[in-house]
Parts: sequence; structure tokens; C-alpha cells
Amino acid sequence: MDNYLVMIGLEMHCEISETKSKVFSSARNDYSDLPNSNIRPVDMAFPGTLPVVNKEAVRKSLMASMILNCKQPEYMYFERKNYYYPDLPKGFQITQETKPAPVGIYGKLEYECNGEVKTALINNLHLEEDAAASEHLGSSTVINYNRAGVPLLELVTEPCFNSADEAVSFLETMRSIYQYAGISEADSKKGQIRCDVNISIMDKNLDQNDSKNWGTKVEIKNVNSFGGVRDAINYEIERQIDAKEDGNYDELVLQETRRWDEETGTTIRMRSKVDAIDYKYFVEPNIPKYKITKEWLEEIRKSIPELANERKEKYINEYGISNYDATILVKEKAVADYYEETIKLGANPKSSSNWITSVILGHLNKFDLSINDIFLTPNMLVDLIKLIDDSTISSKQAKEVLYEALTEEKEPTKIVEEKGMKQIGDIDTINKIILEVLDEQPASIEQYKNGRTNIVDFLVGQVMKKTKGQANPAMTRSMIIEEIEKR
Amino acid sequence: MYMEKTIKELHEDLVSGKVTSEELIKEALEKSHKLQEKCNAFVTILDDAKPLEVTDNLLSGIPYGVKDNYSTKGILSTGSSNTLKDYVPFFDATAITNLKKANAVAVNKTVMDEFGMGGTGTTGHTGIVRNPWDKTRMCAGSSAGSACAVAAGVYPYATGSDTGDSIRKPAAYCGIVGYKPTYGMISRYGLFAFASSLDHCGVLSRTVEDAAIVVDNMKGIDKYDMTTWDSSNINLYKDLNSDVKGKKLCYIKEICDIENYPNASDELKEHLRNFKEKLELCKELGMEVEAVSVDKTLLNALPSVYVVISCAEATSNMSNLTGFIFGPRGEGNSYIDQMKDHRTKGFSPLIKRRFVIGSYVLQAQNKDRYFYNAQRVRRLLVDEWKKLYETYDAVIMPVGSGPAKHLDGSKDILDENTAALEEHLQIGNFGGFPSITIPDGFIDNLPVALNITGNCYNDQTVLNIAYALESKMNYKNQIAKEVK
Repeated sequence: MDNYLVMIGLEMHCEISETKSKVFSSARNDYSDLPNSNIRPVDMAFPGTLPVVNKEAVRKSLMASMILNCKQPEYMYFERKNYYYPDLPKGFQITQETKPAPVGIYGKLEYECNGEVKTALINNLHLEEDAAASEHLGSSTVINYNRAGVPLLELVTEPCFNSADEAVSFLETMRSIYQYAGISEADSKKGQIRCDVNISIMDKNLDQNDSKNWGTKVEIKNVNSFGGVRDAINYEIERQIDAKEDGNYDELVLQETRRWDEETGTTIRMRSKVDAIDYKYFVEPNIPKYKITKEWLEEIRKSIPELANERKEKYINEYGISNYDATILVKEKAVADYYEETIKLGANPKSSSNWITSVILGHLNKFDLSINDIFLTPNMLVDLIKLIDDSTISSKQAKEVLYEALTEEKEPTKIVEEKGMKQIGDIDTINKIILEVLDEQPASIEQYKNGRTNIVDFLVGQVMKKTKGQANPAMTRSMIIEEIEKR
Repeated sequence: MYMEKTIKELHEDLVSGKVTSEELIKEALEKSHKLQEKCNAFVTILDDAKPLEVTDNLLSGIPYGVKDNYSTKGILSTGSSNTLKDYVPFFDATAITNLKKANAVAVNKTVMDEFGMGGTGTTGHTGIVRNPWDKTRMCAGSSAGSACAVAAGVYPYATGSDTGDSIRKPAAYCGIVGYKPTYGMISRYGLFAFASSLDHCGVLSRTVEDAAIVVDNMKGIDKYDMTTWDSSNINLYKDLNSDVKGKKLCYIKEICDIENYPNASDELKEHLRNFKEKLELCKELGMEVEAVSVDKTLLNALPSVYVVISCAEATSNMSNLTGFIFGPRGEGNSYIDQMKDHRTKGFSPLIKRRFVIGSYVLQAQNKDRYFYNAQRVRRLLVDEWKKLYETYDAVIMPVGSGPAKHLDGSKDILDENTAALEEHLQIGNFGGFPSITIPDGFIDNLPVALNITGNCYNDQTVLNIAYALESKMNYKNQIAKEVK
């Protein structure tokens, strides 16, 4: 392994889920609805139907292009990629080629991998339409046209990653960008992200900048999760290195397309590059080229939302959150949004962060939930934090309440009320009980005065006993000491 | 015989109560059935067509024909192809929706060359269409049935589509008017695509005025067709004006002069002589007419450019015809076999040949040599014409090399030199120019025609010139008289 340099390039397809309609059709952009319910005639390529570009999809694509520091085109063009497949009703996909110009070309993006900052080189970003979804059921195949025409962003990187860790860290960064910029939910469970991976190995001692020294590039298609990307890369690196070491690299590592098989954890040959399909690209004549004005680009640039990095910095610098916790909070946009909502509602940023990163995220992980799925709203969390802050309940009690709120789906304030958990914070009430206890335990006062100060713990315990644990312990302790000193 | 009248006359008769929409429909249907026996012009005759209320709209209550590549909701729309022989669309083409809004009454669907890919009217799946002037001759195509029916007096107009000359050539062969407006003036939504960058909707009628009225009603910006543009400030009928004094016309010497054709037939000589005679009429109308010269090499490239671009786009456009979602499902054990079976049985040999050409010119190794070069030459031709439009209001030229050709091809003498003469109308499609054909005479009792093509968006000028010239000749609203 140490003798080789691994070169990995990625193609990341991400559905733009955050537009109302599809990219060339007015049908609703919601693939997960009842199958075949979001379709217009154009999505099934009925004769005479024509594509109409969704401006919002173009806007979001240009925004992604800017975030990736790509060059935006002066004119917008689309191309036809011609091939036959049952899930491609028109017999061609409307997409963009690197010439004349896709929504983005030649960009770069900094990302973090294992605490180190790296730079990913972007070859291009283009906007296209998704195909329908085929589902193979035994001997028959059913097709769901809800997905036909869903806007899809394809990002193509240079072979700039040297390990599975780098590739996956980059993909995670991209997912976060798509989510934060409001472009896509980027949920691989919903099939919104699909990746192709290009892998080659070369002798570490040779010059990396000379393409003659590069090894044979193998393409792995349709890897549908980041875990899959990691496993596929690691498997393929091992396969290629083994072949090299065994002296049959030229026979086993061919310029070809392979498929990642999740069940066996191996890559399987699909077709060689020689059999590559000629897609017969040409400019889509039904979409006139149109000018992307500087004003529009400026408007888009101004509307880029705060991304994960900026939020993280804000959490650290303004809210005093640790780097560790801030990183956790911004990992999922939904979590960061939840967190910010609690602050907007008046929660102490540090307490809110503590409760979210400890209890709530633990709960989400345990039950594989998203923060939007849980019963506990930011408002409820804020109410709970306020009960602690005004000493109505103790932190220990709060933890119990929070667990119960999450699992039983009950409002925390109701739980506190029902269980009579309210901490007694009223001075007169506590004082009355303290006087009672001290009258009952004159010996304790003696012992205290003789230097056994830890007897206070016993006295606090007595007060707690009488109040069924509801007296504020800190307050009780200081009041007891005060009273004893008086006597 | 109301159906031999013009739209305005019919409207007046309807408004005055002299005739009802119902009676007009009855007459149009009767004539349809008669013509069907003689010339085979229709895929479908809509015997249950219902009369519509007569309103202020000139088209209201009046029957018309629809070329079979327009999607018509609930009505068989085949594109004259076996691949769609049972296809009934569930939506209307936008142009048809617009005509419905005008209360126009569709009474039949007309035969065409399969998917518009042919210029003879002989390749439709229901058989050949015969010329109403002479049944041994063709109507030309692809809007063969529409031209045939309008010329025969079934109704005053029918819709057509034009990718190379598919409205304007049949109009010439049938002695009527054929008008294709500027690209994007009429929405193509619902029109079966042949070659999207060249396809135009348009009309076949018997007078320039009727063509103006119909296109006024068909046109308009459409949210379903991004190539449409707002033409609401254009009122072709209202602004028709026969005062064309001072307009400047030109014709291309290399196409129109008899010297270019050393072996010219008598027909061709007469056709060109007649054309030059009509140029004198233009001068009488106060227009200037000048001969201009265009590089012959460029003109001779015309047919190849058309073949390459139209076939390439057609191959891709018709990839949706697989027999899975619509059209008869093919037989076979896999989707590939089923698709192959559907397409093998469905398409005529002519179309298959064009698909092979289209695929060939788009292949990576051929694309630059054929497809990109064709696009370059298309650009050169369009630029050449745009340059002419800097000086001239329109280009005026004869259509084809004479009257309708025989269905039995052996009777026609093919002259290689006439390629540009036969194909120059395609420039109108290359540039999206407004272009109108009007009858300009007879040779052996068969109609011949000339064409006027202007710059994009100058539809009014083109129509006004045609309107003025039409009034100086005797071929306005002529009905086919069978000569044989």
C-alpha cells in the first residue's frame, strides 16, 4: 500500500429536491408520492410534448456552482444524450456537456478530512433530468415516472482524492452544502444521492503531474451510499494493488466500468470502455439558449444562505460553544436549524447545545431518527431549559423529564406538573422546614459547631425527605448553614 | 356549395342566418367522403362533428381540417404512421386549443407523409394521396391531405406543418395558398416532432386573407413551448394592406434564370417565364425587383444540409416511439426485442433510411464532418439571406420546377441542376423566416406557384406583398377542377 499513490475521482449525482416542479416539466417534484401520480405528458414523452426549463432549478444550480467556486456560463444551453432504456421515455436525457458550457466549470472547494484542510478540484457541475425509477419484481419490472424529470445536479471532480477517507469527507461536505443552501435534502436513503467512482493506482515515486505515470482508470458505477463509496474504494484499491503485486495488473485492471455489489462487498465488471455507448450529443433545439445576466448572478450570490462553516464559527465565537460541540451541531442542517430556533426563543446557547448534543442526538442515533421526526419541539426544549434556569427543577430531574418527553412524546412542562416535580424555591417555605428539622436535630448543630461541617449533608437530606425531594438543594444548604451560624 | 367561399363570406352568411354551422359541417363531411374515394386525403372523417356557436370570431362555426400530426384530444392522431395507428391523445396541441377557442369546427384529420418525413404524400400508412387536379399526380407533401382537401373545396382551410417545404410545396401543387409564419409564432406543443429546429405550424387556404385570419387565431406565446414569442401586437388580418409601393424584392439569379438549366424541359421554361412575367406585375404594384447573386456552391449544399440536420433531429425526436407507453406493444421476450419489433413493423423503409442517416451523422467519429458542418452551412445560408433582408423586404422565387409531379415517377425527367430550385424553400426553415406560397399560373391546366419569404417577424410585410400580388392575378380562391 505504501508504495502506491491512489487517485480517485468522483461523479456525484444529487437530486435537487427543493423545487416545486420538475426541471423541464410542471409536474410536482416529489418522487416519494404515490407512484406515477406526479406526471405531465412530457414526463412520459407523449408525441408533441416539449421541455420547459424550470428557472428555480437553474437558479439553485448556479448557486451550487458559485459555492464550488466554479465559473458560471454566459449562456445557458442544454444537450440531448441519446440512448434507449425503458426508464428513459424520450429515448434521450436532457443534460449539459462541458462544451459549450454547463452551470459550472473548473472550481475548487476546501473540505476537512480527519482535521486537515484539503482542496477538492471540480471539473464541472451540470444540470440534467433524472430518469424514471425501475423496480425489478421477480420476472417483471415496474416503472415509476414520478422520478422522470426530477432535476439532478451532476458534479464531476478531478482525480484529486488519495484515499477513501478524503473521498467520503468531500461527499459529506457536499451533502452539507446542498442541505444548507436549500438545494436538496441530499438524503441517500431516499435515493437522492448516487455516486460513480474512478480509481487508479500509480507508483508513489513517479511524478504525479505527468499523466503518463497514471495507472489504468477503473470506473465503479451507481454507489448509492457514502458507506458504499468507502467500501467500494477500499475494495478496489486492494484489488488493484494485489493485481500489481501478483504481476497480473495488465490482465485484471482494465479500462472498464464495474458495478459495486453491496451484498458481496465486491466490484463486478459491467462493460469495457471499448463498448462505451456513443451518446450522439447535440444541442436541445427546443430550449433556446438564453443569457445569464450579471445582475441575476449577483442576485443569486447575495441569496446564498449561511453555510455550515459560517454557522460553526458563529457558534464558537458568539455563543462560546466548543469546537467539538459546534462541529456536531452543524453536521446536519436540520439539527443546526433546531438549535438556532431554541436560541431565537430565548434559550441559553450553552445549555441548549448541551441538551441537544448529549440527550437529543443520542436519542436520534439510538432510534435512527431525524430531528424533524421527534415530538419535542424547540419551544418545548426552551421551556424545559427555563425550568432549570429558574430553579423550578434540578438538572438531574430535567434529564429524566427529557428522556420521558422523547420516548413518551409528552410535553416536558406537563411531565413536571403531573409528577409534582416542582422544586420548592420559595424561601419562606424552605425556611419553615429547616427550622423544623433543626429543632428536631439539636445534636447536629452541636456537631457542626465542633467542626463536623459535613453534617450539613445529613440536614439537607432531612429537608429533602420532608419535601419529597422538591426543595432546591443548593438553596437549602446555604440556608441551613446560615441558620446554624445564627444559633 | 358554401365550402368554396372564403372565410369572410362564410362568416357573413352565418351571421345573417343564410346558413347554419350545422349545414356547413354537413356539406364539409359529404365532400370529405366523396374526396376520400377519389383522392384518399383523410385518416379520419369526424362524422360526429358538432356545430359551434357563431360569435364575432371570423372562424366561428366554420369547418376546417387538421393535419394528422396535430394532437387532438379524444381523436385518433396517427402522424400517418403504423407506430401510432391507434393513438388517441388526451390533450390538444396548443394551436388546436386556440382554434377551439375561436369556435372553429374540425371535421377531419388529413393524411400526410409518415411523420412529415417526405415530400410526396405517398408514404402515409393509409396509402397515397392523389392530386385533385389530376389523380395521376401527387399533391406533394407532407401536408398532402390538407392541400388536397382545401383545393377540392372541402373547407376554406386546414392546418399544416412545414419542416422543409411541407406546407408550401403541396400548396403549389394544388393551386392554393400555403403560409408558414416566423418560427415560434405558433406553438409547436402537441405537434408531433420531426426536426424541432426546423418544424413550423402553419395553414393551407385559398386566399392570403384567409391565411392571415387563421394564423391570427393559431398563434400566441405558449408556456409549453419555450421557442414561442409574444406576437400580440401583430394582427395579420386587420393590418393586411395591398399598398406595397416602394417595397423591394429580389430573386436569386442562380435559381431563377433559365440559363442555369441547359437541358430545361418545356415545363420548366414555361414555369420560369411565367415567374418573370409575374415580376412585372410586382413592378406595376410599385415594388422594385432586382436580381441578386448567391454563391452556387452554397446553394447546391442546401439539400445535404437539410438531410443531415433533419435526419439527425428526427432520429432523436422519434426515439420515444417504442410501443411501451403508446402505440402497439411489440412482441418479444425482452424490452429490446419488443422495441425492435415495434419499430421494425411500424416504420416505412423511407423513415428507417432517414434514421440510419441521422444516427450516422451524429456518431462521434462523423459528427464534425457531417452534423457540425451542416450546421455551419446552415448558418452561412441564413446569414446570406439576412444580408439580403438588409436591402430587400422579401425574396421572391418560383416554387419547384413546374406543376405537380406524376405519382408514377418514371414520367418525370429529373434534372440534377434543379436541386436548388426544388429545395430553396428549406431556407425558410433554416432561418425560421415567414414564407408564403401563392398560385401564379397554369401549365397544361395544372397550377404552378411562386413563393415570398421575408425576414423573421416581418410576417405582415410578406403577407401584404402576397395579398397585393394575389389581387393582380386570377388565382384567388380557386377550386381544383379535375383535368383528367
